[in-house]
Amino acid sequence: MNNVQNKKRANKSLPFFFKDEFKVFFVIIFFSTILLISTFTFDKVPPILNRGIQPATFPKGLLVLIMFLTTIIYYLSFKNPWKKEKKLPKPFFLTILSFILFVVISKTLDFFLAISVLSIFVSYNWGERRVFYLLLVGIIFPLVVFIFFEMILGLRFPPGIITNLYYY
Amino acid sequence: MMAPLFSSKLLIVLLFGTLFGLILGVLPGLGPTTGGALILPFTMTLDPLSAIVLLTSIYCAGTYGGAITAVLINTPGTPAAAATCLDGYPLAQKGEAGRALGMATVSSTVGGIFSVIVLVFFAPVLAKLAYEFGQPEYFALAIFGLTMLASIGEGSPIKNLIAGAFGILISTIGKDFMTSIDRFTYGINELSVGIGFIPVVVGLFAISEMLTQSTLLDQVFKRVALKAVKLPSLDDYKQTWKTILRSSGIGSFIGVLPAEGGTVASLIGYSEAKRFSKEPEEFGKGSIEGIAGAEAANNAATGGAMVPTLALGIPGSATTAVILTGLIIHGVRPGPDLFREQPDFLYGIFGAMLIANVLFFIFGFFGAKLFARITLVPNKILWPMIFAVSVCGTYSLSQSIIDVWIMLFFGVLGFFMRRFGFSVVPVIIGLILGELVEGTLRQSLVIFDGNWLMFLTRPIALTFFILSLIALAFPLLRSKKQKE
Repeated sequence: MNNVQNKKRANKSLPFFFKDEFKVFFVIIFFSTILLISTFTFDKVPPILNRGIQPATFPKGLLVLIMFLTTIIYYLSFKNPWKKEKKLPKPFFLTILSFILFVVISKTLDFFLAISVLSIFVSYNWGERRVFYLLLVGIIFPLVVFIFFEMILGLRFPPGIITNLYYY
Repeated sequence: MMAPLFSSKLLIVLLFGTLFGLILGVLPGLGPTTGGALILPFTMTLDPLSAIVLLTSIYCAGTYGGAITAVLINTPGTPAAAATCLDGYPLAQKGEAGRALGMATVSSTVGGIFSVIVLVFFAPVLAKLAYEFGQPEYFALAIFGLTMLASIGEGSPIKNLIAGAFGILISTIGKDFMTSIDRFTYGINELSVGIGFIPVVVGLFAISEMLTQSTLLDQVFKRVALKAVKLPSLDDYKQTWKTILRSSGIGSFIGVLPAEGGTVASLIGYSEAKRFSKEPEEFGKGSIEGIAGAEAANNAATGGAMVPTLALGIPGSATTAVILTGLIIHGVRPGPDLFREQPDFLYGIFGAMLIANVLFFIFGFFGAKLFARITLVPNKILWPMIFAVSVCGTYSLSQSIIDVWIMLFFGVLGFFMRRFGFSVVPVIIGLILGELVEGTLRQSLVIFDGNWLMFLTRPIALTFFILSLIALAFPLLRSKKQKE
């Protein structure tokens, strides 16, 4: 309990733009505004085909509702500040980096390779140093999953430098 | 009722589903929702009944499985087992882990069976009522569902509402289903079919949990040794039977309401057990009633949550949203017609849930020690493996690499949502209800010739709107009462 109060106090002392409440408020309002603007570019249907409301009306209403509710939670946070979250550790950012690596490799080189690289990268950065276990998570297990999905579901994985070796 | 289940294939499916559900429930961070979403592509190789039997058995067993980790390592395997930690772990620390797990197993089974009985009797009644529903009533019902989710779900009701509205917004991506006009597609062809349910579920649950685990690498679990699960003694039964029955009723009722099913049910079941107990001071120190109250309620919510899912096509929890997707994928349309046209199918599901509850009792009783060992697999090995399965599972449904990237996006988003107190469950429910909400609203406006006030002339719709307002006012009244 005391810990939560201390965290709340710590958050209260920060300038407003560093506070989590403002960051969350800003991000939601920013993206909602962009999406709201884009709804004005949606095609309109002629009145004879229009069933009830235009296709853009419903998403517009939702976005306005989200922005309104976000303003309310920001306003309420003045009275009741959120507790300050702990700083994110290095493995978190490395895991995010592994996701980016996954997207790049799966797009340019190979889907299977992307899974292998991510698995080894994550396992290593989370503290695994034993080669057998790195090979287990990076090669043996993805291979088993790959073959399992391919055989049971008749799935065809996207072509790539390693997947092509399996198919041809 | 059981006739369709007397086939070796269905019994194998049930056995597999129960075992798989238990493993998912035991592993913290996974659970029946993620597991159901990942196994959904495999159900395509099964007939509709086997597919839904598989998903429901995972649901029942997964909900119970969370108790094993809650008692032995003080970490709920599923959010629904959070209340079980409060007394399960202290009792285990006193050297009575077997007794704690025995009570959890018995009360979960009783709660689960009780809720199936509720399902058998209540779902057809609700389905019959649904014949009176037109488009405006369905719209009002969906709004009621979302407000209930915001009101009694975990965390801030306003944040839950934002998450629910965001889920509905996601459902508007792609071609408008009434006019075929592109919305939020930005020229990306793959987005014109909309965003799939599976990438969002797997992202919000599995991938966001992987990111959460990356922040908890230095966490050390204090594990309590388990010799064997013990059946509760006669004294334990005498002390807890009323609690088990009360929590079973509470859980079944909460389950029917669209919310976080078991999680909310177990918290209410626990607090009511404390309120009615002769020894409330024992709660939090290893009270056997606390375990019974929480576990009976969370498993009772499983059958309850299936009631609106089958009778109205409105999911009662995140896992039933996955089951609903399974039904739709297999061409089964939930709602009143299902009860009239396919009673065998429904009784197959009811029977399967009943058997799943008995099976997890047997597996839990004899195999809890073995299942507990699964938690010994280190995260640095377990989570890369879960990632590989998540990626292949997500890719397999529409064989689209874009789906995998969407899954990763929602994984990161889900992590930050949870970090800042937004529950991800309303997103899932909003996504699945989105088309219903928008479709029924637009069709109602066609019927009403664009006059919004006409909603108020429909008694059933008006009732749901009033209930929605009450649901929204409820958290305000609750916080005012707490301040007083």
